[in-house]
Parts: sequence; structure tokens; C-alpha cells
Amino acid sequence: MIEPGTPGLPGTRTETDDAPAPALRLPRRRGVEFALIVLAVLISMYGYCAVGLATQGTVPPGATRYGAGLGVLALLAHCAVRLRAPYADPLLLPIAVLLNGVGLVLIYRLDLETPGDRAAPTQLYWSTVGVALFIAVVLLLRHHRVLQRYTYVCVVAALALLTLPIFFPAVNGARIWLRIAGFSIQPGEFAKVLLAVFFAGYLAANRHALAYTGRRVWRLQLPTGRVLGPVVAIWLLSVGVLVLERDLGTSLLFFGLFVVLLYVATGRTGWIAVGLLLAVAGALAVGRLEPHVHARVADWLHPFASIDAGIGPNQLAQSLFAFAAGGALGTGLGLGHSILIGFAAKSDFILATAGEELGLAGLSALFLLYALLVERGYRAGLALRDPFGRLLAIGLASIVALQVFVIAGGVTGLIPLTGMAMPFLAQGGSSVVTNWIIVALLIRISDSARSQYDGTAVP
Amino acid sequence: MNLPRGLDSARPGGTPTIQRAAALCALLLVALLVNATRVQIFEASRYDDNPANRRQMIARYGAPRGDILVDGRAVTGSRDAGGMFRYERTYTDGPLFAPVTGFASQVYGTTMLEDTQDATLAGTDPDLAPFPLWNDVTRTRSSGGNVVTTLNGAAQRAAYQALGGRSGAVAAIEPSTGRILALVSAPSYDPGELSGSRDSVARAWERLNADAGKPMLNRAIRQTYPPGSTFKVVTAAAALDAGVVRDLDESTDSPDPYLLPGTTTRLTNEARGCEDASLRYAFEWSCNTVFAKLGFEVGLRNMTQAAERFGFNDQRLRIPFSVAQSTFERKLDGPQLALSSIGQFDTRATPLQMAMIAGAVAGDGSVSAPYLVDRTTTKSGDTVSATEPRTLRRAMSPATAAALREMMVNAVQEGTGQNAMIPGATVGGKTGTAQHGVGNSGTPYAWFISWAQADDAMEPGVAVAVVVEDAAGERGEISGGGDAAPIARSVMQAVLESQRGMGR
Repeated sequence: MIEPGTPGLPGTRTETDDAPAPALRLPRRRGVEFALIVLAVLISMYGYCAVGLATQGTVPPGATRYGAGLGVLALLAHCAVRLRAPYADPLLLPIAVLLNGVGLVLIYRLDLETPGDRAAPTQLYWSTVGVALFIAVVLLLRHHRVLQRYTYVCVVAALALLTLPIFFPAVNGARIWLRIAGFSIQPGEFAKVLLAVFFAGYLAANRHALAYTGRRVWRLQLPTGRVLGPVVAIWLLSVGVLVLERDLGTSLLFFGLFVVLLYVATGRTGWIAVGLLLAVAGALAVGRLEPHVHARVADWLHPFASIDAGIGPNQLAQSLFAFAAGGALGTGLGLGHSILIGFAAKSDFILATAGEELGLAGLSALFLLYALLVERGYRAGLALRDPFGRLLAIGLASIVALQVFVIAGGVTGLIPLTGMAMPFLAQGGSSVVTNWIIVALLIRISDSARSQYDGTAVP
Repeated sequence: MNLPRGLDSARPGGTPTIQRAAALCALLLVALLVNATRVQIFEASRYDDNPANRRQMIARYGAPRGDILVDGRAVTGSRDAGGMFRYERTYTDGPLFAPVTGFASQVYGTTMLEDTQDATLAGTDPDLAPFPLWNDVTRTRSSGGNVVTTLNGAAQRAAYQALGGRSGAVAAIEPSTGRILALVSAPSYDPGELSGSRDSVARAWERLNADAGKPMLNRAIRQTYPPGSTFKVVTAAAALDAGVVRDLDESTDSPDPYLLPGTTTRLTNEARGCEDASLRYAFEWSCNTVFAKLGFEVGLRNMTQAAERFGFNDQRLRIPFSVAQSTFERKLDGPQLALSSIGQFDTRATPLQMAMIAGAVAGDGSVSAPYLVDRTTTKSGDTVSATEPRTLRRAMSPATAAALREMMVNAVQEGTGQNAMIPGATVGGKTGTAQHGVGNSGTPYAWFISWAQADDAMEPGVAVAVVVEDAAGERGEISGGGDAAPIARSVMQAVLESQRGMGR
């Protein structure tokens, strides 16, 4: 018998009726992934060289070292995928490598303007940690369903991580930092993944109860009090994060994630209505009471108010100036002045540098990369058969989508600005590490999704 | 019974809820792209032009500024000071050339040539680019171009030194073309002190503005003075052109003292022999009585028209920066007209205006448009634009101009302007000592306007006007002939010598 998956050699196979049809074997596409990774590393190196040529007239001395470093990291990740997730989606890893590489280029470029504060080496260090964790997840997590066992462990861990910073001093108006031994860690970043696991586990187990019980009022099916409890708890959690830590972005992200997953799990528009009502009520109350949030909304409505008041442009105005200066094609790497944004130019406002120096063209390319990442996550979710896996994939992809929207919309004046890290691009160790874990989990899920159709790899 | 709608739906191609969630993500993407297009394309120019956006300033100071040239040598420079606004303006002989260059400050903007020629100097003039639209396509700026001035460095220096720290101004032009050869104002300031964005710049600005001597005032073009007796050139020209006087040597039939028309106010003279003096004598010795009477006889209409032909009441004069309007009132009664005709009452003129009057006499009666920019060039010296000399107006007939030249030469050779004589050249001049202040209490202004023609030249090579505000010394001793004429002579000598050097 012909071994399934072994293609018959042309010309040698006999065309007879009784020959068994070979089992369909999905292509693994690891070669495509490798080629795309090489491309991603080359693009990043090119950007690094372009910055050096534009600002100093020479190729930066560390160009080879930088390229080699990023290349080795990407290659190790690729090997781990080949070894343990051979059916994984071939686009996920190259997109992550490219975004991380471009992020390093942009941070290196901004470092040139702030000689006293070099962030790129630290970012490379955290990227290494992130890739290490990526490899660990891919190698050690044999199947995503293992995570379902830890649904409630995850929520407890997430709550603990979210509560910790309340006991630490506020940094720039937000209590979201842990400072330990010289390192700043944002536990909220890790909590995102844990909450996604919890939501997926909880909803996979309780979706029927949430979908089919409760009273019907007009056209809305309202949930019963018993199942409403956890929902209200999550809402309180996000409002608590907002009030106690003054972190509008994370709050928005948690709540958005929960509503999306709730809807996907139950198909109940009633949940969306309830969710939106709660969100609006919470936002209005907090917007009135909390001056930090109130100021953000005022800035969004009138970004140039501070100029008219004679105290110079605020960060949002500077960010808009940077995007405008980029125009369609950008000034070119190293030739913009986004450093005028000042504080947080390398983190929350990193996209303004991309917008100014790469233009609308480069910015759109970045948006599309994120969109592709999200789309591959959704695709993995669609292909899976188990509800937990589906919800987890969609949850993780939605985290990326919501986070990109919240921060990119914030710095371009589409929605009120909230401090959040642009996935992979922005300076910030916790964020980079978390995003590598998200990609690792998506790789794991997409591997399960595609291998389940393959006769050779039954989970 | 509800059919499963959520996750358990087994429809091929996924479930509607996931599809709708995906559609939401797609909607967010579209929102981001549309908004980015709005900011980066449609609102871009509005944001770029916002005064709080420092990018235009950064680009402006990101490259060395073009230079302003005198006698083919740069009197400006650029220094790389680092920082955000990188290149700072430097000036060689800043105070000497300040009335021409003005300043180019990161903080306080630009003035004079630095202001009007900014597009050339900063490299934004599209004509500096090798091809049309080149800078737009490549998103670059041309290197700053140079501005070649008409100044004569030697004359400028001679004027500044001759003023010797006294308050005053000098304007010198080439009569046949209108080229400005010297433009000096004293006391002056170093425009280099205002370059850059250091703290010392603000301190210098405060100090210069608080200075009672007004060092940043460009007296040669932005300050008007009562012209005093130098205005008698205009009155004489009007009297000759209007036919009130036909013969220079005929008696003008004027009393001394002269009672201002319809009043009992007596006008007297410093000089003797003014009663019934001829126009030639009256001009030579600057008889107030004769010219007051002549002005009144010429009449308001003719006097005003004559003054305006010389350039009075013209708000639009640019050299290329604006020149303050010299005024001759259009509504005057008899006594006022008589006083105005000897350069008093409300008659006021800039030193440049008075130089233009001397230039018109020297230039056969026509007033050339004065200009400072000979041409602008690219950084490498290719001409971008050049100024063509042009005539503004005919101020008087050639015959009148010839008569005035004769009288001005007499005034220098025999009369009040003997301090202006230059060996080897014909010099014509007119002195003036203008009263001012409440009840004429201020220290009078000493004036001298003149022109000079080298003996071997075809035409007068220079016309000059000098005003000295606070001529040192006792009030009675201050006079155009004593204080201002020697300054004019230095300037004219410097010009004639350099013209001779050029083979004229």
C-alpha cells in the first residue's frame, strides 16, 4: 500500500481502477515561511541601513550584527515551528518578524535623536526573550486544548497581575507599571493572554446557558441573573482597571474582547446591546468623574486647543503634524521630525514616526500586515472544530485587532487617545513578549486546525 | 425552538457570528485607513502650515542660508550651531551693513534684504531648482541662493566712518541707474546678535529695543526728517518749470524780512544780501525769504505736483524693501505753503528721498527707481534674476536740471557747501539746517545733498544725501555745510575713486 501523503511518481503510477486514491495531504508550506522570513529580515536590514545613510551618510556599523541577530532569532523560531507545528500557517511568523524588525528600525532611528536614552538594544533584548518564549510555547504546548484545563487558574492569575500595579506608584498618570530590579514590567499585557484563555474556556463551557436561557423583552433575549453575574463581574473589572489604574486602553480592550467573544459564542445580539449599554454607562460615568480620562476626550475633540491657548502643541497635535508631514510617500527613514512629539515617541506614538517617514503608503502597509495577522487568526479559528480553540483563536486575533485600532486610532485622532503599545512596533518589553506569545499560540492553533484535516496527524 | 446560531453552526465556510466579528475587524481597518488618508493627504497642508508646527522652521534652518554680497564678497555667513534650528546667521561688519542686510533670526524673523530676498536665501524660490517642480517631486530644498547687492563697499564704509558715531543717515545712488551705492544708519547694531535661539538673543533684543538711540531704526529709509533748505532744490525746480523765474540772475523782487502771506509773521535769513536777490544768489546763500515767496507764487497745485514728481507722497517705493513715505502736504494755506517751500512746516523726507532729488538734478531731470539688488544667483553663481534700471518719473525739464546743476555747483564753489569740494571733480550741493521740535527747541538736523562728476567722466557718478541728527557742538554752529558736507564728500570721493579704478 502506498503510504498516505507520498506523492506517486509521475509516469510510474499505474492508471488502474483498483489502485487506492492517495489520501489528501495538505502542503506544509514551511519553505514559503522560510522564504518570507528571509524577506522580512532583509527588509528590516534595509530599513536599518536607510536610517544610517540618511542621517550619517554611512551604513550603520552594527548593520550586519543587527541583521544577524534578527535573522538568528527568526531562524530559531522557524526551526521550532518546523519541529513541532509543521502545519502552522506560514504567514504568522514572517509577519511577526517583519513587524518586530521594523519596530527595531524605528526605535533605532528615534534613538539617534535622543543620545542619552538608547532603547533599541533593550528592545532587541526583550525581542530575544519574546522569541525564546515563542519557542518554548511552540515546543512545550503540545495542543491548545491543554489550556482549557487552566481556565480558572488563568482568571485568578490575570486578576492578580492586574491588581499588582495598584500598589506601585503611578507613572505618567497611569498605575500600570511594576518596577522590579531596574526593569519595568506592565503586567496588564500578560493579563490579556490569560483573560483570552479564560474567556474562551468559560464561554466554551457556558455558551448554551448564555444563549438559551432568560426572558425575552421585545426582540431581545435577555440573560438570566445567574449567567449575568460573570458578565457584570468582567464589566466591573474593566471599570476597576480604568478607575484604579487610569488605563483607558486596557479597559477598553478587555471589554471589547469580552463582548466580541460573547457574541461569537452565543450569537445573541442581546449581549451586544447589554455590553454596549454597560460600556457607554461606564465610559460616561468615568469620563465625568476621572479628570485624566476627561482630558483625553477633550484633547481628542480639540487637538489644537493648547496651541490656541498659547502653550504650544500637545502630543496629539504633534502626532497629527508628524502624520501630515509624511504625506503620501513619507520623508524617508531618518528624515522626519517625529521626535517633536517628545515623551513616548518611541512607545505609544511610534506609529507617528512610521507615518511621517514612510508616509501613507508605509502606514497602510503596516495596517495591512496587522490585518493579515488578524485574518490568519480568524481563519485558524474558522477551521477548527472545537469551540474552545475557535474562541481562543478569535480572542487572540481580536486582541491584536482591537489593540491596533485603539492606539492607531488614538494617535491619528480617530478616537480619544489611550496609552497602549502598538503590537511589536512600540518600545516596551512586556508588550513584545506578550505579542510573541500570542503569535506562538496562534501558530499552535493553526497547526491543529490544518493538521486535523490531514490523515497523518490526528490530534 | 432556536436553531444553533453560534459556534455550533456547521455551515460550510464558517459561522455567521465569526464572519460578523471578522467584518467588524475589517470595518476597524477601513476606519483606520480612511482616517489616515484624511490626516496625511487631505488635512496635510493645513497641519503643515500650522504656526505651532516647527517643521518648516527646521527645514528653513536645516541648511546654510545663501549669502548677501557686496563688491562680490559675502558680508553674511552661516554657522552650524547644532540643535534643532541648526544654521545660524553670521555677519561680517554687521553694524555697517545692517541697514541693508537686516537680520535673520530664528526667534524674531527677518528684516530688510534678509526678509524680501528670503525665498532666494532660504532656497524656497522655485527658480533656484534645476527643473520646474524639481523640489516638489524630490521633496528637497534648493541650496540657498546669493543676493548680489548694488552697494559700493568703500562708499558704505566711508559714510559709516564719517558719521563717526553721530546719529544720522547717508544714502547714495548712481544717478543714471538708481543703483544704491551706500545706505547707512547710525547708531547701528550687530544683526548677528539676533541669530540663533540662545538666551542671549532675547537679551540682545530687549536691550536693542530699549536703547534710546534706536539702533535698529533704519534712518536712511524708515525715518523722515524735515528737509530744511535742501528742499529749496524742489522749490527752485518748480519755480523754473512753472515759469515763475525765467532768468537765474534776474532779481526775484523779494523783501527781507518776508511777511508770511496774510499774516504778520516775519521770516528772516541767516545770510545777508537776500533782499531782491537773484535765484542764483538766493540758492547759493540759502535765502529763506526768497524761496518762501517763490513757493507761494508757484502755488499749491504746482508745488505739490513738483514735489510728487520727485517722489514725495509715494507709498509704494520698494528698494526692494519698503521705504517710508516722504510727505508734502496737499492742503496748505498761504503761510503754510511758504514755510513748506523751505522744507519746514509738515514737509518731511527720508534721506533716500533727498538722494533721489540730488540724483534727478544730476541725471538730467529724471528720477531713477532706486534699487539694492543687482541680481540673485544660485549657490554656484548662475544668475536667477537681475534688476533692470528703470526711470520712475521725469521730475523737471532737462533745461531746469541744467540750471539747478549750475546753481548747486555755485553753492559748493562759492556758497554754503564749500566743505564738499573734491579735487578733480565737479561737485554740486545744497546745505540744509532743519529746525524741529516744539517751538524749534530740538537740536537742528544738519543736511547736505549733493552729486559729483569726475572731470574725466561723461556724467555724474554719484548723488548723495546726508543727515546728521545730533551734530555735536553748539546749536548755532550746527549746519549742513559744517557737519554734513564733509560726510558727503567722503562718500562721493570713495565712489569716484572706485569708478575710476574700474576704468571709467
